[in-house]
Amino acid sequence: MRVLELAAGVALLATCLSGQEAAVSGAGRAAADKNAISAAALAGSKEDPAAFERGAKLYAANCAGCHGAVARGGVGAPDLVRSVLVLDDEKGILIAPVIRDGRVDQGMPKSSLPDSQIADIVAWLHVQTYAAGHRSTYAFQDVLTGNAKKGEAYFNGAGGCHTCHSPTGDLKGIGAKYDGFTLQARWLQPRGGRGGRGGASARSAIKVTVTPLSGPPVTGTLDRVDDFSVSLRDAGGDYHSFTRMGDVPKVEIRDPLKGHTDLLSKYSDADIHNMTAYLVTLK
Amino acid sequence: MMLRRLLFLLSIALAATAQGLAPATLLQQPGDAWPTYNGDYSGRRFSPLTQIHSGNVHTLSLAWSTRFSAGGGRGAAPAAAVQIKATPLMVNGILYFSAPNNVWAADARTGRELWHYQYPPNTGSTIGNRGVAMYGNWLYFETPDSNLVSVDAKTGKERWKVRIADPKLDYTSTVAPVVVGNHILVGIGGDHLDNPGFLESHDPETGAVQWKWWTTPRKGQPGIETWPDEYSAAHGTGMAWIPGTYDPELNLYIVGTGNPNPVMAEKSRKGDNLYTCSIVALNPDTGKLVWYFQPSPHDTHDWDAVETPVIFNATFNGQPRQLVAQASRNGYYFLLDRATGKRLVTAPFIDTLNWAKGLDEKGQPIPDPAKYPTTDGVLVSPSSNGATNWQAPSFDPETGLLYVGTSRNYSMYYLTDTDDHPEGWGGLDTAVGGDGNALLAIDYQTGKIVWRHDWPSGGGVNNILTTAGKVLFTSNGNNLIAFHPVSGKILWHSGLMAAPSGGPISYLLDGRQFLLVAAGDSLYAFAVNQPVQ
Repeated sequence: MRVLELAAGVALLATCLSGQEAAVSGAGRAAADKNAISAAALAGSKEDPAAFERGAKLYAANCAGCHGAVARGGVGAPDLVRSVLVLDDEKGILIAPVIRDGRVDQGMPKSSLPDSQIADIVAWLHVQTYAAGHRSTYAFQDVLTGNAKKGEAYFNGAGGCHTCHSPTGDLKGIGAKYDGFTLQARWLQPRGGRGGRGGASARSAIKVTVTPLSGPPVTGTLDRVDDFSVSLRDAGGDYHSFTRMGDVPKVEIRDPLKGHTDLLSKYSDADIHNMTAYLVTLK
Repeated sequence: MMLRRLLFLLSIALAATAQGLAPATLLQQPGDAWPTYNGDYSGRRFSPLTQIHSGNVHTLSLAWSTRFSAGGGRGAAPAAAVQIKATPLMVNGILYFSAPNNVWAADARTGRELWHYQYPPNTGSTIGNRGVAMYGNWLYFETPDSNLVSVDAKTGKERWKVRIADPKLDYTSTVAPVVVGNHILVGIGGDHLDNPGFLESHDPETGAVQWKWWTTPRKGQPGIETWPDEYSAAHGTGMAWIPGTYDPELNLYIVGTGNPNPVMAEKSRKGDNLYTCSIVALNPDTGKLVWYFQPSPHDTHDWDAVETPVIFNATFNGQPRQLVAQASRNGYYFLLDRATGKRLVTAPFIDTLNWAKGLDEKGQPIPDPAKYPTTDGVLVSPSSNGATNWQAPSFDPETGLLYVGTSRNYSMYYLTDTDDHPEGWGGLDTAVGGDGNALLAIDYQTGKIVWRHDWPSGGGVNNILTTAGKVLFTSNGNNLIAFHPVSGKILWHSGLMAAPSGGPISYLLDGRQFLLVAAGDSLYAFAVNQPVQ
């Protein structure tokens, strides 16, 4: 239900890349354990990491048998992540009595766990609900499912990538620089954000030539353009701004990443996965 | 029946005092008022005013602008940047509008603030508030922590507040309520934690709930067969977070619903997932479903079908018809029969769509399972921001064109939750660029694009207003722009201090037509200057 904000696409990509960083540097890739909680989720929940760790063991030993390994419900026992009682809880005020007293009529036994251990389980549960409800903390899984040989063939063939890029030139070592997910995001959309990673690269900067009715054409790096004005910085760093009135002055924009945009309607998903699999081999 | 209804509405009108709003006003196309979110019930956002017209709009100039501050309250949050995403109301010379936790009244002639109501700080999402509703002397608005508040339109003093939903379940309330008869119709948002979606009707005097309609079926109800079980349906979400439209002839409230949950992980919700991503027609007196049409069966891409269902009567294949049209977030234009919900036209309005295998017998797109999100990602157009979004379109009955801000964009859609019981979003999409945003003029009878204006650098999926003066107003970046609705030619623009964030409206006061738009924390009113007598 996310709503569209201005420049949301750019912002979203930036968010995802930074979210990815947090997951990678923290809890490690989720691919190894699909139930892993990302470092970002643990941090965002503001629960004590030590309590969370203790709670995980206590939950597994005391609760998982009925409520499932990650509290999403089991035979005859409800999902606790979607539980209104858990969501409404603060610091165990609602949850602790249920663990202590059980719901004997519904088959849940009383517990003799001390209050401190119940508090640890509560902390673990709150991290689970936080993690499910905050997509910015989600960890991406394995994207390296493609065939590197086919990716290389696409690079040199149908994709036409070799006309601008070289595995021994600009792409040398790219597979060592990024994990698979980040690499896939970056090669699909190298313009990674406003002034952010990749955004300020001179190589991907959009060029513009403005030809006034009188006077010579002015060429430089596009600053901004809309229907009413266009502005640029020339090679010497000077700023030029022009009023646009329909087709006057003539404005020619060259986006060096147009090739990437044009390919979006041509890739198959297999092409994409194969290309990523190939690029990670360029260590 | 129709007459009884009108008499009932008129009796309320007589009871309303001088400066209040007679609900019957909402039935007619207003010139001297903008009394409800869309200006009238139809959702056309078409003003009958002609003083500002295509021949003089180039002389449009600023009458006033006013900045509104949310700060000042003791213990309140600091004066955070106000974003007025509301479409203001204008009734009897007074503007009423909102931002999350804030409502203002201002003089529509001068922009002077008359009062400012501040709701107490709370933990609800402040992503936006679409505006207030008015009934007699009372205003109604939804709060970030999901209360419905009624305030006195004369003073801004709170009358009562009632709970719509539990904010700890991650509901978000942004909807401008809609008044139909003695019903205050509210919707709700929030799709982070698989909570059930619903529409509610509240009593305008007491706030009491008159009826509640869950957007997904419960045990034994029609539509439950489109879910694996009652549990998945009850957690299937389908938030209706944009105001609907109302047909007084058929007594139908027509509104769009949002995505099913878990949003991108579909494993645990096989089936069409009614009534998510649907256009539904309800009887506003009973909350009973009369018909539905589902633009995105079994959605996995967050393509809420909440975009305004625009209602109008016009010819189709030579016959006069009662119609409802939607340019949907999934990239398709739909034209339906308003009495039955039967599809008359399904047509894509962006050419990058790659997620449907064709149309089913009802004219609904059939999603391609190969484009459901995967752990290694699938490339899909449009992105989760959609081919269009919540920003209001406009239908001009004189040109027969539906105008809508659109985007040809792509995302990689990733599945992140591979559990047998996925929860929340269960996945993410990452934008990988686009091939242009455009203002489109769509022929309502065919779905064909009659003209397009490609924006030079993105943006432009914004609110639109058309007028009988043959002017279309919309925006791109900080520019408020006037187009000719027939030719698509730009006639005028003005660069504001922020991007227009709410829907432009128009009204006549003292014989002078104003064009008013909210941009960031300010309102801007424009008029054509008349010669001094």
